[in-house]
Amino acid sequence: MEAQRTDTDVWEEKFFQPEIEKMARADLEALQLERLKTTVARCWEAIPFYRRAFDERGIRPSDVTRLEDLRRLPFTTKQDMREAYPFDLFAIPVDDERVQRLHASSGTTGNATVVGYTQNDIDVWGDTFARAIAQVGGDAHSVLQVSYGYGLFTGGLGAHEGGIRMHSTILPMSSGNTKRQVQMMKDFGVDILACTPSYALLIADTALEMGYHPATEFRISGAICGAEPCSEGMRREIEEKLGVTLVDIYGLSEVMGPGVSCECHYQDGLHVAEDHFIIEILDPDTLEPMPDGEYGEVVFTTLSKECSPLIRYRTRDISRILPGTCRCGRTLRRMDRVSGRTDDMLIIRGVNVFPSQFQEVLASFEEVTSYYQIILSSQGPLDHVLLKVETVPEFDFDEIRRIEDLQRRINSELKSNLQVSVEVRVVEPKSIERSEGKAKRVVDLRSN
Amino acid sequence: MIDQITVFLENEKGRLAALAHTIGEAGISMHALTVADTSEYGVVRIIADTPTRVHTILSEKGFRVALTKVFAVEVPDHAGGLATLLDALDRADLNVEYAYCFALANDRAVDVLRIDAHEAAEKVITTAGFRIMRPDELYVPEPYTQEA
Repeated sequence: MEAQRTDTDVWEEKFFQPEIEKMARADLEALQLERLKTTVARCWEAIPFYRRAFDERGIRPSDVTRLEDLRRLPFTTKQDMREAYPFDLFAIPVDDERVQRLHASSGTTGNATVVGYTQNDIDVWGDTFARAIAQVGGDAHSVLQVSYGYGLFTGGLGAHEGGIRMHSTILPMSSGNTKRQVQMMKDFGVDILACTPSYALLIADTALEMGYHPATEFRISGAICGAEPCSEGMRREIEEKLGVTLVDIYGLSEVMGPGVSCECHYQDGLHVAEDHFIIEILDPDTLEPMPDGEYGEVVFTTLSKECSPLIRYRTRDISRILPGTCRCGRTLRRMDRVSGRTDDMLIIRGVNVFPSQFQEVLASFEEVTSYYQIILSSQGPLDHVLLKVETVPEFDFDEIRRIEDLQRRINSELKSNLQVSVEVRVVEPKSIERSEGKAKRVVDLRSN
Repeated sequence: MIDQITVFLENEKGRLAALAHTIGEAGISMHALTVADTSEYGVVRIIADTPTRVHTILSEKGFRVALTKVFAVEVPDHAGGLATLLDALDRADLNVEYAYCFALANDRAVDVLRIDAHEAAEKVITTAGFRIMRPDELYVPEPYTQEA
């Protein structure tokens, strides 16, 4: 049952754009400054929202002469993007021949946020995703299975553009029909899979249920997963079941889509595409910069985008810059995996908790699977937390005390990690909803 | 030792009925069924014909099911018989996880015991003068063992 893992010692580091990815920092910063000036000028000239914001701060584009001047520039928030619906933040009119495509984020909590792409924007996006393909060992000979949803969501077409730029062979599966995904993965000799981590796990489990052993029988060797959190435990489970190296890719549709940053195979932080984006980590309350290594809100300024440039976009994602350089040879700085989202943060009995913390705790219990669900409800004035977990097939549930003991141990581990008391309940297999896109990990039934 | 079918069920309306229907519709006879329940879930223990086949059928229907090796001991027809058996196990420091009893068609009764130290338990039970029953005395075993 040994999974075939690529040995780090014999890993051949591949680069899609080595001249950028290994650029000397001074040269990179010069490139950033030049592009920042262009972006600022474009925003000021073409987008009234930015001209007003600059005027309010008494800033002219010519005031930006050093990278540090970025800190004097105004912020852009998700709310600003919603209010700009649909095209008020476009630097190029939507019907201009240069605008090639629109993407939009789901508008579940308000207006959708809409972004436009010129051909150059699409190419830049494809380049950043192509770097990810190289980072997981792929190249122009790869067969890339894209199992992100295609459509307004940036996952599917973002990965697709990466395949185009890399000259890989693209299998545009989109999500759904999981058995067929498995069959084609096997029959077509797919070596790289791009999808959400929860869907990668569903594909792996489906392959095993179909009687395959992808880790040894399939050609697949790499997975590029993003759009939702993936704990280390879940990563290892997918890696072992599929026999792959899984890298975490990050991106938001507002900023571009997947490819803003991505791990290399060392899995030690996500290299930011700093030639196209400036990353800042700020204290979410004071908006002052955090030192490297400390957590704060991630803020991006786009450097190359023509249609939907953004200045200091507040992502509401929580992460940090990892100090030091990476063994892979890239000089692009690394951000840590997103540890939470200011939106996703749950306040339970006054304690700030992220769903990813539940996931990390569960990953330390080999008796349970990666599927879980948190159900919040009100018991009188108090919040009640129910955590549903499923046990692995090997777990001996014939003795009730083993189930009780497992529930008690998970409860006590959560309590010491999260400072929150949780009712842990073992449930029947597959009673927790499997997902083909983003998993619904939290159900909040609280009255207020 | 015999194969007991164990099923994990959430305490939801109709789950036990769904389980019984699944086994019944496959044309399989059940000889014993006990439910150990808590407020949130129950563990159902079943003695039935062709347990491996039952396991396959229930797994395919999405039930969380396992086969567990347990002892089936013929109970003597005098008072205090079971106590004698449990005393012997206790003296040997063998832990009985659970036990239940069911009747056979010919007026005999069977005690089912889960004890994890299989070899030691077998010795203690037989030395104490009890007879451990074979699978074919209680249910129709599999025609042939699959994957010998």
